[in-house]
Amino acid sequence: MAAPKKGRRPAGGQSRPGRALALILIAMVALTGGMFWSGHTTPRLGIDLAGGTSITLKAKAEPGQESAVNETNMNTAVGIIERRVNGLGVSEAEVQTQGRENIIVNIPKGTNEKQAREQVGTTAQLYFRPVLAVAAAAPEPAPTATPSGTATPKPSASASVGDKKSATPTATASTQGRALSEALKAPNATGTPTPGGSASATPKANGTPKASGTPQPTPSADADTAALQQKFATMNCLDPKVRAAAGQGVKPTEPTVACGEDAPGVWSKYLLGPAEVEGRDVDDAKGVLDQQRSMWIVTMDFTEAGSKKFQAITSKLSQQADPQNRFAIVLDGNVVSAPSVRQTLSASAEISGNFNQQSAQDLGNILSYGALPLTFDTQSVDTVTAALGGEQLEAGLIAGAIGLALVVIYLVVYYRGLSFIAILSLGVSALLTYVIMALLGPAIGFALNLPAVCGAIVAIGITADSFIVYFERIRDEIREGRTLRPAVERAWPRARRTILVSDFVSFLAAAVLFIVTVGKVQGFAFTLGLTTLLDVVVVFLFTKPVMTLLARTKFFGNGHKLSGLDPKSLGAKPPLRRTRRTAPAAGAAGTVEPKEA
Amino acid sequence: MSKLGDLGARLHRGEVGYDFIGNRKIWYGLSVLITITAIVALAVRGLNMGIEFQGGAVFTTPKTDVTVSQATEYAEEASGHDAIVQQLGNGSLRIQVGGLDTEQSDQVRTELAKDLGVPEDKIAAELVGPSWGEQIATKAWTGLGVFMILVVIYLAIAFEWRMAVAALIALIHDLTITVGIYSLVGFEVTVGTVIGLLTILGYSLYDTVVVFDSLKEQTKDITKQTRFTYSEMANRSINGTLVRSINTTVVALLPVAGLLFIGGGVLGAGMLNDISLSLFVGLAAGAYSSIFIATPLVADLKEREPAMKALRKRVQAKRASAAARGEDGLDEGTGAAETAVVGPRAARRGRAQEPRR
Repeated sequence: MAAPKKGRRPAGGQSRPGRALALILIAMVALTGGMFWSGHTTPRLGIDLAGGTSITLKAKAEPGQESAVNETNMNTAVGIIERRVNGLGVSEAEVQTQGRENIIVNIPKGTNEKQAREQVGTTAQLYFRPVLAVAAAAPEPAPTATPSGTATPKPSASASVGDKKSATPTATASTQGRALSEALKAPNATGTPTPGGSASATPKANGTPKASGTPQPTPSADADTAALQQKFATMNCLDPKVRAAAGQGVKPTEPTVACGEDAPGVWSKYLLGPAEVEGRDVDDAKGVLDQQRSMWIVTMDFTEAGSKKFQAITSKLSQQADPQNRFAIVLDGNVVSAPSVRQTLSASAEISGNFNQQSAQDLGNILSYGALPLTFDTQSVDTVTAALGGEQLEAGLIAGAIGLALVVIYLVVYYRGLSFIAILSLGVSALLTYVIMALLGPAIGFALNLPAVCGAIVAIGITADSFIVYFERIRDEIREGRTLRPAVERAWPRARRTILVSDFVSFLAAAVLFIVTVGKVQGFAFTLGLTTLLDVVVVFLFTKPVMTLLARTKFFGNGHKLSGLDPKSLGAKPPLRRTRRTAPAAGAAGTVEPKEA
Repeated sequence: MSKLGDLGARLHRGEVGYDFIGNRKIWYGLSVLITITAIVALAVRGLNMGIEFQGGAVFTTPKTDVTVSQATEYAEEASGHDAIVQQLGNGSLRIQVGGLDTEQSDQVRTELAKDLGVPEDKIAAELVGPSWGEQIATKAWTGLGVFMILVVIYLAIAFEWRMAVAALIALIHDLTITVGIYSLVGFEVTVGTVIGLLTILGYSLYDTVVVFDSLKEQTKDITKQTRFTYSEMANRSINGTLVRSINTTVVALLPVAGLLFIGGGVLGAGMLNDISLSLFVGLAAGAYSSIFIATPLVADLKEREPAMKALRKRVQAKRASAAARGEDGLDEGTGAAETAVVGPRAARRGRAQEPRR
């Protein structure tokens, strides 16, 4: 933070401009090579330029739990939202946190934006429901035994958890039953007894143990039950649309049908009783390695209220035979795991099965998410058509071209031959900016958006400013009667300091902007910061060495009329009238070593 | 060029120059006037806050034959809120509806698509919840505050606290002017505007820093000479870096002008326009303030230092005695050009020798 990075020496130094040039040339070749090698030859475009939908969500903690907006919870939420969005069959949707409390969901064009929107902002709904029946995914005449075996403690958990994108053509995981969002209230055609989803984030599970062992969950509603059974029998979990529809609008207090993925691409369907325990009853859960058995398990701790409910359900379930001794962990209407219960449990429990580290931790996260005291507010939804995006990109590029052309014209008119160096440097700067942007796409998910394009255009000015500072310095030295070569060297240390100080201020502004702001502002700040850094690199490793080299040429060195360094037109007074000064020659080779002025 | 170069040379030698410091009262007055106007405008007219800050939706349709008034009607009917419709350069419409939350605006989009006879997925929509703008504004203020604190610390270390204070005042001055112009003209304030404003932070200071850097250099050994007071030195610094300041400002404004032309002239409205407009206004204000406000302020602050007061006395005493002896060239009049060269050079020579030590 101390002043302008003092001890810094220009790589290569005055005497060896070749070295600095070689360095930057190698860097350019390496970066460009890397760009082509990685196959990402264009910067990734943001939603506003490529078309698509960008949704900004803001986390809202429940009263009294303000500290819940923390990194862990946000990351868990990102994971859940990712599952949902990917469940829609969206390709390359990205979900990321931004700032401390925002989540940005970018959905590329061509997907069902509307559905995505509705899914994304809803709070995840996690319930524990008793399993009434399990069947293979495809419709069978009758709900027969489960594919996952008998009473052995072999929960389907192992495979059904996590972000495993199915490799099957039936698209990705967990589409069904998402979010009992009120927006999707359309009652299921099959007549599930659901008068519409509840809008509130976590509807109360009243915990009345209606369903026990039988697949006849609610004696009071025979017609409904029959319809549900009918639905269960005909349901085809292999069809992602069916999966998507299955859990929609289902009340936690009602029995329902759901799908679950046992292994990648292997689906089962479940007939489930009303929710007995809800996600917020889980106090904490995580996937841990059981050292003794050297296997991955998921541990759960329940809240006080949750313990009671969990005790009630497990005591009942443990007396049943498979599959009715299992409870399904249902997230957004999708069975993520259905472990069997062998004994009554209460405050804490563990789920064991064929977990690996990933699947155990995923399930742990999901279970914790149920306990996240977070809801999300949709802050903004930006839908840009591909046509409009393309137009904006084009406009931005044209604006950049105009800006660049104006700057070049100005430089040529004002600086004549010197502008050659400036334009070359601008070119180097532009190339580096482009290549780095292209590489940052795959590396850190950088996407070029409209403000970022603006930032890059504005940066043309910043970059050119550095040359002006240096050139004016050189000209001042020439005005004092020096010849070009010493002037170039004497001007450098002072120009360098000015450039560093002012670039530092620019960079500081960009960095602060980047850190404290969100959304579009960040893209702008990022480009500005990047180009400011590159400006320093280019001025040190390219502009200065090239200047040194060109000072040796006749054209510049002798101050040709068009070189922009003509002492006469600069108004230099070569006859050193007030000479108490040592001969200018002394400065020539002697001042090579720059010193901070 | 040669004329300009010559002017540059004369400025460099101090042969010509505008007395920025001497006339500072005029410029202070002007700035105070502008600032008051800005504040009054802000208080009376307020700012035309865009959709982002009040919640609502901006829809951009593809090219359509529907007239603006028809579209306004449709939009107001569909939403129950006031709508502003603009025709954009390429025949498409930009429809703004305020006061909606994101849920409602989604429905409005569907209805609009029906009314306008365009497929829904061809309508671009920016739906903003009412608290989004607040969040952005809060973050922008935070950013502004953090940046100002950091920059004052930095400038105080790299230069000195007086310069940091002067730069900060100049910066606030720039922001006030920019916001005032927005209020007066009634330009819409959007996220793009905020981006532009925040960028001015860095940019306005860029020019200021260039002048300060030269000032610091020229006044390094100021107490070792008796020819110039600090203010005079500061004035020479401004004049000496004038060409540089003008050039950097012009070069910074040119790309922004390109953006403004495309964003405003061709696209009609939107992010490009918003960013470039506020940048343009802010950059111009920044260039003005670095020359007319920041440096004179530094001089004012510096002149209060005992060392500088003493210097001023010595300079005046020397000039008086010189005048008494009938020596010419030491008053600020005709001979200023001759003597002017000596001051800074004396300082420079000292530095030039450093490397050889």
